[in-house]
Amino acid sequence: MVEKTFTVTAETGIHARPATLLVQAAGKFDSEINLAYKEKKVNLKSIMGVMSLGIGKDAEITISAEGSDENDALNTLTETLNREGLAE
Amino acid sequence: MSTLISGIAASNGIAIAKAYRLTEPDLTIEKRSIEDVQAEISRFKEAIQKSTVELEVIRENAEKDLGADKAAIFDAHLLVLADPELINPISDKIQSDKVNAEFSLNETASMFITMFEQMDNEYMKERAADIRDVTKRVLSHLLGVHIPNPSMIAEEVIIIAEDLTPSDTAQLNPVYVKGFTTDIGGRTSHSAIMARSLEIPAVVGAKSVTSSIENGDLIIIDGAKGEVHVNPTPELVKRYEDEQVAYAKQKAEWAKLVNEQTVTKDGHHVELAANIGTPKDLDGVHQNGGEGIGLYRTEFLYMGRNDFPSEDEQFEAYKAVLEGMSGKPVVVRTLDIGGDKELPYLELPKEMNPFLGYRAIRLCLNEQEIFRTQLRALLRASIYGDLKIMFPMIATLAEFREAKAVMAEVRQELLDGGVQVAENIEVGIMVEIPSTAVMADVFAKEVDFFSIGTNDLIQYTMAADRMNERVSYLYQPYNPAILRLVKMVIDAAHKEGKWAGMCGEMAGDEVAIPILIGLGLDEFSMSATSILKARSLISQLSLEDMKKLSQDVLELDTNDNVKEAVVNALKR
Repeated sequence: MVEKTFTVTAETGIHARPATLLVQAAGKFDSEINLAYKEKKVNLKSIMGVMSLGIGKDAEITISAEGSDENDALNTLTETLNREGLAE
Repeated sequence: MSTLISGIAASNGIAIAKAYRLTEPDLTIEKRSIEDVQAEISRFKEAIQKSTVELEVIRENAEKDLGADKAAIFDAHLLVLADPELINPISDKIQSDKVNAEFSLNETASMFITMFEQMDNEYMKERAADIRDVTKRVLSHLLGVHIPNPSMIAEEVIIIAEDLTPSDTAQLNPVYVKGFTTDIGGRTSHSAIMARSLEIPAVVGAKSVTSSIENGDLIIIDGAKGEVHVNPTPELVKRYEDEQVAYAKQKAEWAKLVNEQTVTKDGHHVELAANIGTPKDLDGVHQNGGEGIGLYRTEFLYMGRNDFPSEDEQFEAYKAVLEGMSGKPVVVRTLDIGGDKELPYLELPKEMNPFLGYRAIRLCLNEQEIFRTQLRALLRASIYGDLKIMFPMIATLAEFREAKAVMAEVRQELLDGGVQVAENIEVGIMVEIPSTAVMADVFAKEVDFFSIGTNDLIQYTMAADRMNERVSYLYQPYNPAILRLVKMVIDAAHKEGKWAGMCGEMAGDEVAIPILIGLGLDEFSMSATSILKARSLISQLSLEDMKKLSQDVLELDTNDNVKEAVVNALKR
């Protein structure tokens, strides 16, 4: 399993378009991918799961991936977060 | 078996096409035990698959027609549809509880909807609506019922609906929508006005169309008679096809008058102008030989969006209309919102009597930023043509003076900022409230013109809600009470050397026109499509005869007797 922690920099946090982008990106991989925030952990392939976390600006989030393409998945998601200026 | 449903004739013409129901389907579900779990899960997966395909098409159309912004909503819908946290529990529930897919879907989705609705964030609450939408779509496939989606119509249809809101009608593609018929509404409801401006036949207030017409039924709409034929016989279809041809011929005959002046046979000239809602309507005005714009309903600029139009956006629209009319008069009505016309971004308290409430100039004088922005845009555009500004729903002189004072301030601000504004912009009022009609002689000293808004004037004079079919018999344009008010307004204007126009439905009405000519009305503003017919009618009238006729009918007792007198006089 691989994982990485980020700080959210987007003013509006992770909903709406950002959440859509992340879930769309995660959906392309076979690995099991989770998003943890505070005490909660949700499936990153689930739009409703991600949005239910209500992640705001400055939140610490952790993305973990486990499976055959776990490294690719984590790299792609990191790239998406950086490119869209969502988190670093 | 052909059935006939009668309603209110809202827009002329004949349409023959298949029915397309724009109604909410019945999505009632029941709980059933199932035996074959695998079959039920496949049935569920299949419904998901069909919904996905459908949403992808809708998404693509939305992107093409409405832009990427609006299409993003459907991206979110597609993700919900593919969400493992939603889909897997539903399959699990089918398996563990041995219940049908509909029930399982509804239970699981309801849980999520409740969860999102309870969050204290507006954005999250709206997501509940997304889930509800998606659930409805999947349910419709499970139940085998049809969810209407007007943006996906790709063949000629006649729309069947309970009612059509302005935003519904905005979504209809006139290439495919040949006509419509609704359960409720009257001749002056917005759906009817829209039908006339789109030049498609419509029958409204037909009470039972949604309950007696199925998708795909063959329908004939006779917009002039207010008749809807369901599954007509081949003979009837043939007869109407012949009538369609005859109607087209008649229209070709009228079309010869497109560049002619509007004069009575004894040489009296009146102006035939058009009512428009957007710059796009100008094509129709030119095709029908409009001599001006008698009513530009600016509220359409404010509808179907999420925020107020900016000053520049408004300026561009007003400029386009003024330039498009190349120096011909353009009467712009300032914002008439409130009443039955709501804006999603302007929250107004619900009122018991919206037509008697906070609307039009009442709202504009109170929320002055809205009003000032519009006036700035209008005055800036004034140098591009012959602009006349008209205030709606004026009930007292004080309101008119205040509105005019605000306009003078805005004008001075613009001039101080070095912005050019036309010199002599006429400023007038809509006469639609009886108090104003009665006081017309006093108003006439201060206004530059009157335009009589008969739809509201009739509803306020008769105290009859024009949206209520049960009192629609009181919509009596020829009632001598109305005619006397109209005469007062015209006489008052002329006494002060001002002009009087009319921009309600009545101005294009074949029975009213002879009387109005006789009363001396200067300008008639109507749906562009009525102009040529009116011009043809007026060319056969003589002013002298109509003066006598109007004097006579003003002394009559009822709406029906006035109508009869006019019809008889025209026969002679």
